[in-house]
Amino acid sequence: MPAELLDALPSVPGIPKPDPILVADGVTRHFGGLLAVDVDHLEIQRGAITGLIGPNGAGKTTFFNVLTGFDTPNTGSWSFSGRDLAGLSAYQVARLGMVRTFQLTKALMRMAVIDNMKLGATGQTGEGVLGALLPWRWRQQEKEIEARAEVILDRFTLGPMRDDLAGTLSGGQRKLLELARALMVKPALLMLDEPTAGVNPALTESLLVHIKALRDEGMSVVFIEHDMDVIMDISDWIVVMAEGKVIAEGRPADVAANPAVIDAYLGREHGEAATPLEDSIGDRPVGEQDR
Amino acid sequence: MDIVRSLVDAIRSALGASAVMFALAGVGLNVMFGYTGLLNFGHVGSLLVGGYGVAITVNLGGPLWLGVLIGIAAAVVLGLIYGLPTLRLREDYLAIVTIAAAEILRLLTRSSALEPITKGVFGIQKFADSFYSLNPFPRGVYGIWKITWDANTLWAILVGWVLVGLSVLLVWALTRAPWGRVLKAIREDEDAARSLGKNVFGYKLQSLAIGGAIGSLAGIFFAVQTQSVNPDSFQPLFTFLAYAVVILGGPGRVLGPVVGSVLFWFLLSFTEAILRQATLAGFIPAWLLTAQEVAAVRWILVGLGLMLLMAFRPQGLFGSREESLIDAR
Repeated sequence: MPAELLDALPSVPGIPKPDPILVADGVTRHFGGLLAVDVDHLEIQRGAITGLIGPNGAGKTTFFNVLTGFDTPNTGSWSFSGRDLAGLSAYQVARLGMVRTFQLTKALMRMAVIDNMKLGATGQTGEGVLGALLPWRWRQQEKEIEARAEVILDRFTLGPMRDDLAGTLSGGQRKLLELARALMVKPALLMLDEPTAGVNPALTESLLVHIKALRDEGMSVVFIEHDMDVIMDISDWIVVMAEGKVIAEGRPADVAANPAVIDAYLGREHGEAATPLEDSIGDRPVGEQDR
Repeated sequence: MDIVRSLVDAIRSALGASAVMFALAGVGLNVMFGYTGLLNFGHVGSLLVGGYGVAITVNLGGPLWLGVLIGIAAAVVLGLIYGLPTLRLREDYLAIVTIAAAEILRLLTRSSALEPITKGVFGIQKFADSFYSLNPFPRGVYGIWKITWDANTLWAILVGWVLVGLSVLLVWALTRAPWGRVLKAIREDEDAARSLGKNVFGYKLQSLAIGGAIGSLAGIFFAVQTQSVNPDSFQPLFTFLAYAVVILGGPGRVLGPVVGSVLFWFLLSFTEAILRQATLAGFIPAWLLTAQEVAAVRWILVGLGLMLLMAFRPQGLFGSREESLIDAR
């Protein structure tokens, strides 16, 4: 298991990983005078679940945006599976196999669940203007894509909603759909921005089971999360950001005991046990995004 | 009061040249607005370059077919130019940029600097004789019952409706394919489409180019049918009426704009005919409405009708109620 390779590593920010899938170097992003992201060096292990945590405004989502091509950093380089990503658009990054989800779920509301899924498939002949006009060239592929989509939908218990409009799903189901749809791209690395935000505990549990299963199938996962229970439960490795910087990383137990982390989260409540930690983190209000 | 005559006028209008022009413009606009969610408020610009493409080419001695091709090509180029700002601008900003672009085109066309080519405010006339020389109908009046047209008008609107049919067919074929699925995804949430590996900018360009090309057919049809182009025929108001037609029929529905256009012109002519007759016959007292005011009042009524439509059937006639209940954001 690639994730177990991490066990031997010391908890030092910027530590090289045995088999990194994603490497960021000197990445900074500022908005006017605010330095939102200032990551010296970070490597993400292949085949592991890496949790990215930090207080609100730590720059996690901005860092995500930069890595996935949704934003351009002011300096720095970053690579995915050894391929330099500088200058690539978001869609090109996705095609390479690094697929993200969003903090505010982006279900395609007025499209059927199955169409949401089919959209995720890459390399579709019928997506070109000329290809679209020659149905015999895409019909077969469309059938294959649909079959694959149905398998994934069933896996995520969304099978019965196949033909419903995505806008009629509950918030939690939309999160599931977004994850399922991301899988249609056949990603090597999933970047999940708060996959459990606003999801009820039962559905959170099933989401986590899905994420772990994906890891066990060899997929790499990076996720931003605020819920400490979730983080501790599923992360193989945790990266902590504060004020744009990576202030700590390590195995869950080590990070939880790290004084720098407790400082960043708790400030004056320093030294208390892990339970108040999670209470103090608190979700930001819905609709707010830290860009 | 002659209801039958009002009805005949209304049907003639619903099947006539204006309805053809708005149907074509609407089908093009529907690709951009209905399917892709692009607020192109400069659609009339595509009609302008289409119409002037024909008029100028023929005026300079070229054949009509070449003019048609040049008109369509110019609209494709215009669509791509409209598309450039979408790289950075969204929704309302795109609307402002495109409305300005279309106005710039119109003002350039009527400017004295370009008068040697465009004939400025006078416009260009009599350039479509070769189209009418192809007219298979001998001189005369044709039609069913009292709904009749002269041979040349019939020839023009027949060709026009064939063009409408062909463009509807094109849009149907494109939007039922995975290509159309990507457009709808962009309409719903372009970042989601990007995150799934779709080249959103490229699709927006394609949508604007194809929508613009279909729109240019409306301009070409209008130019050929009336045998004249004039810069001031291409006012921004046209774009807004085309939106009304698309919304009336149901945006994002293949046949929506066609039905919308037919209905729009039917209602517009019918209300005018009825009001005019009612005022002349004295059913409506002169202090309330005089015959001269009818033309303005019918627009007020159409506006009122559109407001009611938005309030009670926001999805348009063809749209799905279920979809309209979902807030897209």
